[in-house]
Amino acid sequence: MPERIMFTMGDIACAEGALSAGCRYFGGYPITPATEIAEWMSLRMPEVGGAYVQYEDEIASITSVIGASWTGTKAMTATSGPGVSLMLEAIGLAVMTETPLVLVNIMRGGPSTGQPTKGQQGDIMQAKWGSHGDYQIIALTPASVQEMFDQTVQAFNLAEKYRTPVFVLADETVGHMRERLVIPDEKDLELTYRKLPSGPPEEYLPFKPDDDLVPPMALLGSEYQFYATGLTHDERGYPSDKEHVQIELITRLNDKILKNADDIIDLERFMLDDADIAVIAYGTPSRSARRAIKDARAEGIKVGMLRLKTIWPFPDDTIASLATEVKHLIVAEQNLGQAYYMVKASAAPTPVHLMTKPAGMPQLPHEILDKIRKVDSI
Amino acid sequence: MTESAPVLRHPMSKYIREDRQPWIYCPGCSIGIVTNMVARAIDKLGLDFNKVVVVSGIGCSGRSSGYFKTGTYHTTHGRAIAFAEGVKIANPDLEVIVISGDGDIAAIGGNHLIHACRRNIDITVICINNFNYGMTGGQFGPTTEHERYSQTSPRPIGNIEHPFNLVKLAASSGSTFVARWTAVQARRATRSIERAIKKKGFSFVEIIGACPTAYGRMNRLGDGLKMHEHLLEVAEIKNGLPPHEAELEYESKIICGEFVDIEKPEYTAVLRAAHTKFKESI
Repeated sequence: MPERIMFTMGDIACAEGALSAGCRYFGGYPITPATEIAEWMSLRMPEVGGAYVQYEDEIASITSVIGASWTGTKAMTATSGPGVSLMLEAIGLAVMTETPLVLVNIMRGGPSTGQPTKGQQGDIMQAKWGSHGDYQIIALTPASVQEMFDQTVQAFNLAEKYRTPVFVLADETVGHMRERLVIPDEKDLELTYRKLPSGPPEEYLPFKPDDDLVPPMALLGSEYQFYATGLTHDERGYPSDKEHVQIELITRLNDKILKNADDIIDLERFMLDDADIAVIAYGTPSRSARRAIKDARAEGIKVGMLRLKTIWPFPDDTIASLATEVKHLIVAEQNLGQAYYMVKASAAPTPVHLMTKPAGMPQLPHEILDKIRKVDSI
Repeated sequence: MTESAPVLRHPMSKYIREDRQPWIYCPGCSIGIVTNMVARAIDKLGLDFNKVVVVSGIGCSGRSSGYFKTGTYHTTHGRAIAFAEGVKIANPDLEVIVISGDGDIAAIGGNHLIHACRRNIDITVICINNFNYGMTGGQFGPTTEHERYSQTSPRPIGNIEHPFNLVKLAASSGSTFVARWTAVQARRATRSIERAIKKKGFSFVEIIGACPTAYGRMNRLGDGLKMHEHLLEVAEIKNGLPPHEAELEYESKIICGEFVDIEKPEYTAVLRAAHTKFKESI
């Protein structure tokens, strides 16, 4: 399909991004403020020969997505915090069985039912640590309608490349804002597909990694037979209670993300080159911060922003080196401080100031400007 | 000089990962019998085994998928049916079989069971009902009879709760094929599994099995042999009986047979038809 231009909302841009990335299976359950993704998928999937399937709950939704992915179909689900809470079990299963999938979380106010129609960025740590056990996750944090499209495509590419679940972690404001969206010609999109096994099927070891630590993935219905299990397993996929098998497996599952962090991490440097103060922000607060930084610059304050377009794996090295260049860091996020703790750990001993707002309306530009002025006067 | 006797291979071993032998199952357990039934049904139907997918959940029966030498997946507890639905919808050419236990399918996965029945996706669910959670040592579950003993319903009170009748549950939830057999009725059960696989719609086959290690021991039901003999004694074949009359009383009466075989538009067929319609309209 040639290039298209739409004036639309973040949720719909996300759905279009998924379709452009080749997603042909959506398993979901309606939830505010992610419902528009499901609605758009129910409309569009039959047109492209895919399936929109509405399940009885979020647990079934994401588990079915894992099933669809093992047939070779690019698959996704979309939900909000309460739904992610139910999906955590299956995130662990997808990590353990190395299943590519995309999970969109349009973050609303929490805990519990919270404020369904209002935004928050309260699920940053949940995305990283929600399921039990030691594992790494990839999470992207778009800040505009266009990025909802672009980063959903990127999420599929990363999921396929690293055989892992990938979060699109957008706050409600990004999900529901309306902006211009350019959907590129499909010929101009770079799409990734998982490595498939080659060689004699009888010699295939389903969980034997290549040098990039990612094993080629056999598909259900192919001549490569396999057993995939959430149990700790060896390279044959067979369950094992041996200590060394557990250590080797979870070390590799962590390393395949951490050792490729440079390839995964996506950051934007804004007016940082001569900055004394660096604002760290992602999602909607980064939009307010951009305006506040321009205003502060007009007042002669040397401030810039490191915008996190990906939040997991965390860019600790970049922040550590940034902390040697600036005198202060300000973390502006729509919660009571989550990325803050990661920044603090990476930036020490440079002081890190927190600018939080755990509620629906994100920090406004003048509020961030006030914070910049205060930090500048220290 | 004596020659050693030739080692005979089991006729179904071609479907089994022999490098994973021996089975993890206890002596006297029914799960091996049911595994054999499924292999024989696949063999009889002459299915392309590469296109068969076996899915299971957690528990003793949940281990069954890992013994089949095809694409197999061992999900989290209760989620085998949800995984299977995703597989079947994404690739309707595959033959998707779920084998799991009563705890997995009727307790933690109960919601997925009833909704899959309602949705009518062409998958086959084989539920091995041994009346307790065997893997964790024998606790009561959704099929444990009232006042039966278990590790969490000890003497003198026994189980305070009441069991599901899975045939009634599946039938009333909309399953298009419903059967029940005991593990000793191997040939009849295998034929029903064949019909369940062939059925274009959601199929549910319950196999009543024995867990001598846990349930049998705690309720003094004897060893595996004795428990299987009992199953044969109390099994009553009533094919075509209305499913709501398919009673199950372990002590005296286990109604067996095929109770439901109805036609209803199947999910993936409807979806395929919609795709064709869209293509033609362009």
